Amino acid sequence: MLDHPELKRLVLGRLTWDAIPFHEPILLWTFVAVALGAAGVVAAVTYYRLWGVLWRDWITSIDHKKIGIMYVILGLVMLLRGFSDAIMMRAQQAISFGHSMGYLPPHHYDQIFTAHGVIMIFFVAMPLVTGLMNFIVPLQIGARDVAFPFLNNFSFWMTTFGAALVMMSLFVGEFARTGWLAYPPLSGIASSPDVGVDYYIWSLQIAGVGTLLSGINLIATIVKMRAPGMTLMKMPVFTWTALCTNVLIVAAFPVLTAVLALLALDRYVGTSFFTNDFGGNPMMYVNLIWIWGHPEVYILILPAFGVFSEVVATFSGKRLFGYASMVYATVVITILSYLVWLHHFFTMGSGASVNSFFGITTMIISIPTGAKMFNWLFTMYRGRIRFELPMMWTIGFMFTFMIGGMTGVLLAVPPADFALHNSLFLVAHFHNVIIGGVLFGMLAGITYWFPKAFGYRLDPFWGKCSFWFWITGFWFAFMPLYVLGLMGVTRRLSHFEDPSLQIWFQIAAFGAVLILLGILSFIVQLVVSFRRRESLRDTTGDPWDGRTLEWSTSSPPPAYNFAFTPRIHDTDTWADMKRQRYIRPQDGFNAIHMPKNTGAGFVLAALSAVCAFALIWQMWLPAGIAFVALLSAIIVHTFNYDRDFHIPADEVVRVENARTHLLAAHV
Amino acid sequence: MSEVTSPVASVAPVAVRSARFYVTSEHHPENGTLLGFWLYLMSDCLVFACLFAMYGVLGRSYAAGPSGADLFELPLVAVNTSLLLLSSITYGVAMLEMQRNRLLATLAWLGITGLLGAGFVGVELHEFANLIHAGAGPQRSAFLSSFFTLVGTHGLHVSVGVVWLVTMMVQLTQKGLIPENRRRLLCLSMFWHFLDVVWIGVFTFVYLMGALP
Repeated sequence: MLDHPELKRLVLGRLTWDAIPFHEPILLWTFVAVALGAAGVVAAVTYYRLWGVLWRDWITSIDHKKIGIMYVILGLVMLLRGFSDAIMMRAQQAISFGHSMGYLPPHHYDQIFTAHGVIMIFFVAMPLVTGLMNFIVPLQIGARDVAFPFLNNFSFWMTTFGAALVMMSLFVGEFARTGWLAYPPLSGIASSPDVGVDYYIWSLQIAGVGTLLSGINLIATIVKMRAPGMTLMKMPVFTWTALCTNVLIVAAFPVLTAVLALLALDRYVGTSFFTNDFGGNPMMYVNLIWIWGHPEVYILILPAFGVFSEVVATFSGKRLFGYASMVYATVVITILSYLVWLHHFFTMGSGASVNSFFGITTMIISIPTGAKMFNWLFTMYRGRIRFELPMMWTIGFMFTFMIGGMTGVLLAVPPADFALHNSLFLVAHFHNVIIGGVLFGMLAGITYWFPKAFGYRLDPFWGKCSFWFWITGFWFAFMPLYVLGLMGVTRRLSHFEDPSLQIWFQIAAFGAVLILLGILSFIVQLVVSFRRRESLRDTTGDPWDGRTLEWSTSSPPPAYNFAFTPRIHDTDTWADMKRQRYIRPQDGFNAIHMPKNTGAGFVLAALSAVCAFALIWQMWLPAGIAFVALLSAIIVHTFNYDRDFHIPADEVVRVENARTHLLAAHV
Repeated sequence: MSEVTSPVASVAPVAVRSARFYVTSEHHPENGTLLGFWLYLMSDCLVFACLFAMYGVLGRSYAAGPSGADLFELPLVAVNTSLLLLSSITYGVAMLEMQRNRLLATLAWLGITGLLGAGFVGVELHEFANLIHAGAGPQRSAFLSSFFTLVGTHGLHVSVGVVWLVTMMVQLTQKGLIPENRRRLLCLSMFWHFLDVVWIGVFTFVYLMGALP
């Protein structure tokens, strides 16, 4: 059937055996390793007969807690991929001096730095942030699920299939060689005629839809589903930051969708939005992508600020200092994050007035951020501080992020930026705030809420190893880059001529090895904690003497979260309940109305991914079929009106009694 | 955790205390669908904002090709605009009939709305075909790229609206005016009027201003 060349092109597009990188040993061995790993997982799931459990309890689950956990797992798995890219780049730059060209050819190196940026932002930081918000927000506001549970499942699978497409580009074809924001004209069809940029566009479009919908979902949840008595100014700070982050998501991601769609039109249809000829304007792309991109960094950092606020208050045994100022600072950052995008390209030549405006707005952001920093310090002041792991991450953050923030203010000065633009100083700056802020925040959050999610604490020894390796590794890896950047070394280079620079790159590579040890310690920590889970068991549901509502539930919480909807009287609800001698309800339980699991989200996301894959390879026939199938599946799904059920009162009684016994046994 | 014993805790009976801590009856949180749909519409509005911005920047980049004054046929656009604006009115009437619980009348007005919407898309496709035939396709210049994309994205939305409307009509026939269907009709109503508002922007900004020499 495929003998006919026209038909073959219609079905297979430009996909041929040449797309499989047989000639690249690194990729081939990676592929072998991934394939063996996947086969191992499949075999294990089959051997332990877990396919049914996996499908019923996880893949089709619309429980916000399970979806949150799956997001975090996705983020951690993709962290391994993103970090592999990082350590490969560090190794290349450490050895590629003078006559040595290193071990990575430039076109491979370019794909690696692009994939590293894309993966770390979209498929590590975003899933970790969304995962924590998904898990914690409904518990903190006393709700039983999010506003649109099905949509939540769908969002997760869209993000996951976006990540799967990026992974696929490793072994089928190649990824973009354009840098993580794919500026045209480099990303245009003339300069990048292969599939790399198309993988970039479609994986981000798919994941972007998921992110946008989860943003809408969480805003509606926070606005509409707070327990009675929880006014806006009684919301926990993490929920506040989640609200602001999701507002940013809804207001920023459509711009990304639009600008990537326009780039796709330029590449597929031959329009002239960002071309150099026919009246196109590449700078429009740069403007639009940063109108999304700058809010994006606040989308990532605000929930981390929320985590630190919860952790500092809990481990200082005090109410958070300056709650109202914390909320206002968060809101001010939310608004200001829209007025600074041009600082990413002061060198565009907008003129002194425009650059001054954006330079000043950028510097102003440091004021609310500084206010937050002082609030955390004043919370610790005269507190009874417990140096548990989440608190250590928080203090590590305060030291590290402070430096990153100050170099950010340096970069906000346009004349300084003209010298530092596109240099390793910039690279050091944003890794300083993203690792020192977002990543430390997520690790603090994971350690803090892990007992809530799984019912046992994480082993502190390996956690401390992880912490010290990460933080020293970070300083070794990125301080040399500040130095190099000040000396004028630009980013994204795979080879250097000046041997005097090599020592700095070697120090940075040493830092990357330390970070590797940090990541390995974290994995060991997970394994050790699982094996010692009986001795680390949290029977109380409140292992840290917490202050907010999620700690009033059992660990892990029941599917319905709260047998009775709580009434809120104070910002630190759980601390207030403990102070008022709260007694758990023991009887009078009712049946609980809950949404039903559904496989629709998985199916729709899978069809979207198939459609995207076909579009990347220009397989027009499969693309058309997948698109029609997707539309039909959506329409069929709307004919399903049977979307909820009741957890019977007996079941609630059974679960609650079990907890009563557990609590009584461990007084 | 604290030594403070409040008066509530020490004196009041158990029932009063439990009422302080939780809602003992079944608690129904507010439905968030309409808020969620509004949020979606606003995000969609931002997509259009980007396309308008592109048109604002590139709308006079003719690349030595034809301009709006050369191409736009205002009478045709007037017909198109009337169809769409009228369809918003007929959708409104359908919603009034829904309030009166009259299924058949609701269906009839929805049908008329769908026909008007389909007519709008038809006229737009006709216009596009004419332009492409005259050598003024989206590849000709940045102006035409942004014109086709902005107007076409709106047209795509109307087409999705028509598909949704037909689906809705089938579901109304099957299930009647049940609460779920009323909620869905309300969402579609917001979507439909939203597209009308966007079209007024397109009509003014693209066609009327573009037709000026």
